[in-house]
Amino acid sequence: MASLTATAIVCAVRAHGEHGAILRALTEEAGLVGGYVRGGRSTRLRPILIPGNLVALELRARTEEQLASATAELLASRAPLLAEPLAAAAIDWVTSLTTATLPESQPYPALYSALSAVLDAIGAASAARQWAAALARYELLLLAELGFGLNLEECVVTGATDKLAFVSPKSGGAVSVAAAAGYEERLFRLPGFLRGNDASPAMGDVLDSLAITGHFLDRDVLDGRNRDLLTARQRLVDRLKRAVA
Amino acid sequence: MGILRASLSPTTTPVMASTEIEALVQQLARLPGLGPRSARRAVLHLMKKRESAFAPLLAALQTVSERLVTCGTCGNVDTSDPCAICADPRRDARSLCVVEEVSDLWALDKSRLFPGKYHVLGGRLSALEGVRPQDLSIDALVARVAAGGIHEVVLAMNATLEGQTTAHYLAERLEGYPVRLTQLAHGLPVGGELDYLDEGTLAQALRARRPVG
Repeated sequence: MASLTATAIVCAVRAHGEHGAILRALTEEAGLVGGYVRGGRSTRLRPILIPGNLVALELRARTEEQLASATAELLASRAPLLAEPLAAAAIDWVTSLTTATLPESQPYPALYSALSAVLDAIGAASAARQWAAALARYELLLLAELGFGLNLEECVVTGATDKLAFVSPKSGGAVSVAAAAGYEERLFRLPGFLRGNDASPAMGDVLDSLAITGHFLDRDVLDGRNRDLLTARQRLVDRLKRAVA
Repeated sequence: MGILRASLSPTTTPVMASTEIEALVQQLARLPGLGPRSARRAVLHLMKKRESAFAPLLAALQTVSERLVTCGTCGNVDTSDPCAICADPRRDARSLCVVEEVSDLWALDKSRLFPGKYHVLGGRLSALEGVRPQDLSIDALVARVAAGGIHEVVLAMNATLEGQTTAHYLAERLEGYPVRLTQLAHGLPVGGELDYLDEGTLAQALRARRPVG
């Protein structure tokens, strides 16, 4: 029998039958896992199975291929954050992105830590600027973990490692000020905090970084049916822009 | 002995009714709340009470099937367009309650606590299921509000991530119109005991606390 007991972040819940639900959650050691929760649509379990919540998850299955039976106990609820438009949109986006893009049962401990950090930041920060940077870093990390990482350490044209100010929308590599001369309009601006140079970035820098990650998520990761996810992301970015306007 | 063993084999399905009756059982068994066993009991009951139960049920199904329409104003399903709620002059046209599904409208209206009219979105925004604003009846809602005469819009979305995301989106779309936007309260359920509630519900209840006396 395959079994797993772990702390997990609820990423998606889908009704199954009249009373049950299919839960998908991100764990540190086993990555994205799925399971059938008996009575998952009951009044007792519904408040627990909300995306973003931290739960103690237990999965049991007779074989590795079988959909596991899951039980979940609440460790930390993020449901109160749903009353805030920006926080709700951000939780909706990160959990949906995680569910739609990660393969099942492949461990991504760094992504688990990053998602946990983003959700904690959303819960703790009063201003969107404080968690939006964590969100941009999470998207950047997700691109890297899925094999579409951006090379922001050296200039893709000259190999220089200083005065990197732009990102090429084609290669995903950084471009130095000198190499970008005359092409600035066609390149993304590279915010310093994506290279670890700024611990407290301005909202304009965060929006620039979201423009970069959004472009590569659209081009490399969210294909076909998952493209609709970008609508939710656009609503979040629009809200962030309005918040700073 | 061999014949007896063959007749009791679990792989052979015993034939107890004609294929037409079996088809009826199978159709009923597909309905929510019914399984094969309860569907068979319902069919047996209908056959036993052919005149008093079967014939009226058949007539009611036929009538509803022929006349079922979606209300062009609110999105409710009824046998007339506009639906009985929209056509009712006793309803307060100044209050509009927005719900996700027809089932939500029926659940709310059953309580007879809301005197106004309704608007059914036909779902909720969902990134994973690919439900976008243009897939819902949101433009029609904005047009109803823009037409004037509505003083309050109650957003009666489910207290789920998708429900609340939809509510926030609607609040944005209705910003700027001279209407009072309200939302159903979240928190302690009637008959709920504190030590059985999750921290999320308790937090909502504390946030929505009000003065007593």
